[in-house]
Amino acid sequence: MIDIPTTVRISFKALKRNKMRSALTMLGIIIGVGAVIAMIAVGAGAREKIASQISSMGSNLIMVLPGATTAGGVRMGSGTQPTLTLNDAEAIQKECPAVSEVAPILNGVAQVVHGSQNWATGVIGTTPGMLTVREWPLDSGRSFTQQDVRNATKVCLIGKTVVDNLFGDDDPIGKVVRIKKVPFTVIGVLSVKGQSPQGQDQDDAIHVPVTTAQKKLFGTAFPGMVRTIMVKARSTGDLASAEKQIIELLRQRHHIGQKQENDFTVRNLTQAMQTAEQSANVMGLLLGSIASVSLLVGGIGIMNIMLVSVTERTREIGIRMAIGAKTWDIRLQFIIEAMTLSLIGGIAGIIAGISSSKLISMFAGWTTIVSPFSILLAFGFSGLVGIFFGFYPAYKASLLDPIEALRYE
Amino acid sequence: MTLIETREISKIYRTGSVELNALMNVSASIEAGEFVAVMGPSGSGKSTFMNILGCLDTPSSGQYFLEGNDVGNFDRDERAQIRNKKIGFVFQGFNLLPRTSALENVELPMLYNGLPSRDRRGRAAEALKNVGLSGREDSHPGQLSGGQQQRVAIARALVNNATIILADEPTGNLDTKTSAEVMELFTRLNTESHITIILVTHEQDIAAYSRRIIRFLDGRIISDEQSGRS
Ligand SMILES: Nc1ncnc2c1ncn2[C@@H]1O[C@H](COP(=O)(O)OP(=O)(O)OP(=O)(O)O)[C@@H](O)[C@H]1O
Ligand SMILES: [Mg+2]
Repeated sequence: MIDIPTTVRISFKALKRNKMRSALTMLGIIIGVGAVIAMIAVGAGAREKIASQISSMGSNLIMVLPGATTAGGVRMGSGTQPTLTLNDAEAIQKECPAVSEVAPILNGVAQVVHGSQNWATGVIGTTPGMLTVREWPLDSGRSFTQQDVRNATKVCLIGKTVVDNLFGDDDPIGKVVRIKKVPFTVIGVLSVKGQSPQGQDQDDAIHVPVTTAQKKLFGTAFPGMVRTIMVKARSTGDLASAEKQIIELLRQRHHIGQKQENDFTVRNLTQAMQTAEQSANVMGLLLGSIASVSLLVGGIGIMNIMLVSVTERTREIGIRMAIGAKTWDIRLQFIIEAMTLSLIGGIAGIIAGISSSKLISMFAGWTTIVSPFSILLAFGFSGLVGIFFGFYPAYKASLLDPIEALRYE
Repeated sequence: MTLIETREISKIYRTGSVELNALMNVSASIEAGEFVAVMGPSGSGKSTFMNILGCLDTPSSGQYFLEGNDVGNFDRDERAQIRNKKIGFVFQGFNLLPRTSALENVELPMLYNGLPSRDRRGRAAEALKNVGLSGREDSHPGQLSGGQQQRVAIARALVNNATIILADEPTGNLDTKTSAEVMELFTRLNTESHITIILVTHEQDIAAYSRRIIRFLDGRIISDEQSGRS
């Protein structure tokens, strides 16, 4: 069989002879491979961002909201009817076996003052369970307790953004802040959480006992009202049963008759996020497939040039045949030449793909992730393109009649 | 043993409805070590005959035995292998690869013989030396005279230790003096290395280097006689 390194050298020489032509042919592959890598990077970035948001929300999360929605969410009113209470939250905690932790939430926006600094931020009334539900550890200090909730103590946990704006570099633990003019003692600082899936800064918030929020800050239309109940199921597998148990329990507690609709809404957040993740996957795949079309077009460019090259070099082929080149010697020569084109194009395309991913991140602000797998995939694919589109011209060359080829002018 | 034997070979070209008998029932045999000149007017079938002997072409009918083997039984790749190992071609137009050094041109047959790169270089240089072209290894065909190019072609024909050289008008593009040099080379290869040489020529003084002349007319052999130096 033929000597591959020598053949590669020969094909390099042939390609160098037509520098401009080779470069233009490669450009097709460069664009194709570059586009595939960049598009996969954009898809992977989107997926990664959603995944990190899921984990920032806390896993196995269910939200219970007041007010009814129909399945399509078309009917208005979700969250407008104050139908959830602290007691509902406690009942869910006690009576739903698939639930591991519950955090009722009553939130609002308030002006917070410390010394001469003031800052408008989200105030979240909740229970100690919140830290478990959201998987949100403290950075320093301590959390408030059930005792604090029972007694409606004026203590609070503050987020990093609030610390930055009210305290600068000072240690906030033990200091007093005024929320709506009510003094609260800072007992803990929450660790940095970053953006929520909705793009909110989750560190720009103050957590206080839910009872304190009800009595001292926001007031409620009826006693014990909360805005939301966050529930953590024991495991991903328990999500569905937790959902069912909560619905059953609340229907019973709210005295909802057989034919009546729920006056609350249960939303499986984890599922919603997974759906979002899946659509990011689909988007990535779609982008990748569109990009591969350009790789295909690049391959057709290679085939075109190889066909021209075979015709131009008919006489050379004849000479090689006359001195003993066999069918596959000729075929391999042209296939290797096509592969040299496509692989060099592939390498340049990888560089182009990585750089354009960086540029996309810089200018569009999207997260892009160039995975080694996508590089390998694109490189392998460009090699295959070379073989595939090089084969027909090579096959044609190998079928030439040596005498006619030698006579070719 | 008879090196080359053709039995009643014919070659018919069909162009549309017109049939052209390029060769008609040609029977000839050539022993190893002979130096044969093939002559005849243009279109008499000399090249066709040579191409068949060289396994570049196949006869329409008849049999061709090379070293006792019926070439008609060989497929395309087996014929390529014969051309690679046993037969060296020398063409009127040299047929060297352009923009490729003399050394690489001579290396080419060994490339298809699976010889490792290091051995190829040495043997190619040796073959070039043998035709008096030491020092011109790196010259491209465009930088060599016609005679030098033809000697590169002869080195290429012999580098795989071919025992037969088929030369179709090898001096057709050369002046008298260079022609004589090339013919001296053929004569030396024939007498010293016992290489069988079959060459086509239109010129009597070129044919005079040979020891046997086969004459073609209209696709047939009209005479076959010992001659010249014998
Ligand atoms: N591929 C072909 N198709 C059709 N006819 C052909 C073909 N090749 C050769 N011939 C014809 O066959 C005949 C013999 O041709 P050939 O080339 O053998 O002649 P020749 O003796 O070598 O002539 P010259 O001295 O001019 O080289 C010619 O009439 C030629 O036209
Ligand atoms: Mg001829």
